[in-house]
Amino acid sequence: MNVGLFIPCYVDQFYPQVGIATLRLLESLGVTVTFPMEQTCCGQPMANSGFQRLSAGCDKNFIQNFANCDVVVGPSGSCVLHLKDHLHSDERPDEAARLRANVYELCEFLTDVLKVESLPNARFPHRVGLHTSCHGQRGLGLSSMSELVAPTFSKPEQLLRMVDGLELIELTHPDECCGFGGTFCVFEEALSSKMGKDRVADHLRHGAEVITGGDMSCLMQLEGVLRRQNSSVKIKHIAEILAS
Amino acid sequence: METASLKHAEAAEAFLRDEENADWHNETLWFVRSKRDRAAHSLPEWEQLREQASQIKTHTLSRLDDYLIQLEENAKKNGITVHWAANGDEHNRIVHSILQQHNASKIVKSKSMLTEECHLNPYLIERGIEVIDTDLGERIIQLRNEPPSHIVMPAIHLKKKHIGDLFHQHLGTEAGAEDPQYLTEAARIHLRQKFLMADVAITGVNFAIAETGGFVVCTNEGNADLGAHLAKVHIACMGIEKVIPKAEHLGVFLRLLTRSATGQPITTFSSHFRKPGPGQEMHLVLVDNGRTRQLASPDFRNSLKCIRCGACMNTCPVYRRSGGHSYHTAVAGPIGSILAPNIDMKEYADLPFASTLCGSCSNVCPVKIDIHQQLYKWRQVLGEAGAVESSKKMGMSGMDVLFSHPWLYRFAGRAGRWLMQKFPSLANKPSLNPWAIHRDMPKPPAQSFRDWYAEQNKKTNG
Repeated sequence: MNVGLFIPCYVDQFYPQVGIATLRLLESLGVTVTFPMEQTCCGQPMANSGFQRLSAGCDKNFIQNFANCDVVVGPSGSCVLHLKDHLHSDERPDEAARLRANVYELCEFLTDVLKVESLPNARFPHRVGLHTSCHGQRGLGLSSMSELVAPTFSKPEQLLRMVDGLELIELTHPDECCGFGGTFCVFEEALSSKMGKDRVADHLRHGAEVITGGDMSCLMQLEGVLRRQNSSVKIKHIAEILAS
Repeated sequence: METASLKHAEAAEAFLRDEENADWHNETLWFVRSKRDRAAHSLPEWEQLREQASQIKTHTLSRLDDYLIQLEENAKKNGITVHWAANGDEHNRIVHSILQQHNASKIVKSKSMLTEECHLNPYLIERGIEVIDTDLGERIIQLRNEPPSHIVMPAIHLKKKHIGDLFHQHLGTEAGAEDPQYLTEAARIHLRQKFLMADVAITGVNFAIAETGGFVVCTNEGNADLGAHLAKVHIACMGIEKVIPKAEHLGVFLRLLTRSATGQPITTFSSHFRKPGPGQEMHLVLVDNGRTRQLASPDFRNSLKCIRCGACMNTCPVYRRSGGHSYHTAVAGPIGSILAPNIDMKEYADLPFASTLCGSCSNVCPVKIDIHQQLYKWRQVLGEAGAVESSKKMGMSGMDVLFSHPWLYRFAGRAGRWLMQKFPSLANKPSLNPWAIHRDMPKPPAQSFRDWYAEQNKKTNG
């Protein structure tokens, strides 16, 4: 299985340690991973702003980069969901369809494809709050949703429970949005910040030392709030914890 | 087409300035959402019920014309006069003409979002008619001269203190009184007088049944019954999407409606109207007002399934923190944000963007409207129509160029990180970067992942 590593643009630029952790984690599980060097962005910022049309260049570049891969794995539910729903090409429609069907968020790749049952080397002795990102949860179905009358499960939680020493905290609102929302964070600045503040407060109230999740964009929002509050609570992408 | 698309953002910012009040609003609505969850979880067949409701609606919308004609025929057989209105103006004219025929100058009205949508109250008041909203929440906001901020709980943005002051001013209650029992009694006495004096009663319609020609009105206060039974004339106004095929389908919707809305098993009053009482007249006004346009659009047709429970508002993290008035439309919240642009694309171009697309609205919807997906689609329609700010469009064109050219992306990334390292105060300057008003920017690393990866490969290979 030729696995292509998809590192979203903002992770590439601002959080290289998340990319490194993702790569090391996958390699430690025996997966051969390649990182196509010319990849850029999934196109979501344009599409969510009402300009899906303008993401054609992005789509083309993505398809070109990942055409040789059997599956694509990325540490971001939001970007992966965008690709799954909207990756499109007039020139290479079959290629686009194949990639749409074979792109995975990191946690779902670990639980559903690799069927990881233990992480013998993972150790992270801290009280951890899991931020469930909306696109991962409701978009990709990575965990059950509080609105639905359905059995409960969580793929990220399932993985975190394999980490030695890690204590997962309960939250009052287990699946409330953090307020990042792509360009929403800028165009609805006041609301977005307030949502971020409230989200952080829920984790702090329950004694989190670290906040984690599968979407670095949500975590960037929460980190921005924590930093402004001079909080000692840290942000870590789930890949960093699972690879620790 | 250029619009001031920041309307919602600005109104939300103003609402959030009183943070304590915004927190109270958020928690109050979350409390209602929690009640909805308990009610939903009390029915193991909840998801099947939603699916069934959704399918009944899908079927009905696919043959809406047939069912409306059937409704009209059967209603006429029952002695109801049926009217058709293409838009809000026509609806208002029809209602007014019925009032004129009866020389009616005083009317009582039970809660109806359709009449809000058509701006019936100001239309009638301008023509010298006294319109009294008899739902307590509606009456409160009417006395404050405000639109409803929520479709089920129209005065949810107000606290007991506001109501006490308002009733003191208008109903002569004691100054400073906040006791709900006392204030409700005062409203009841005031409203009873209005019921007794009214010539005509106007109600909305929750469900109209094609098979029987009857309709159902749901209230928690019994005010629709009281109005309709006391007045000589009952005018019921409904959007054309409110029709359902048969009486047997009613149970599905009645079980879902109030559980979704407030967590109650059923509304206190589900009043069935089928024909006028002795010596009375009954009118049914069927209103289109953009609904057939929405029906013609495969992407947005589903929004017509809405049964107006308000569950999407209660769950929406944006609505809870920005208040209903920030949506500047009769139906606020997520559902309003997909209905309003159909009525006026320019006026409501901001609303599909007043969302993080978190998707919670679609999950609580009792008829499974894909609300957040429609919000996304509206954004595309508005983008294509040039109804979003030009600054946003320019930004997105810039991103298109950047991300279509990997070398440019790499260069810009390096330059950006370098700038942020050299001049961190610039990146964190709120006037240049709205992100930095309430949040800090991430610290730029010296090396991107890509650069690290290239370096590793070089080491291994070389």
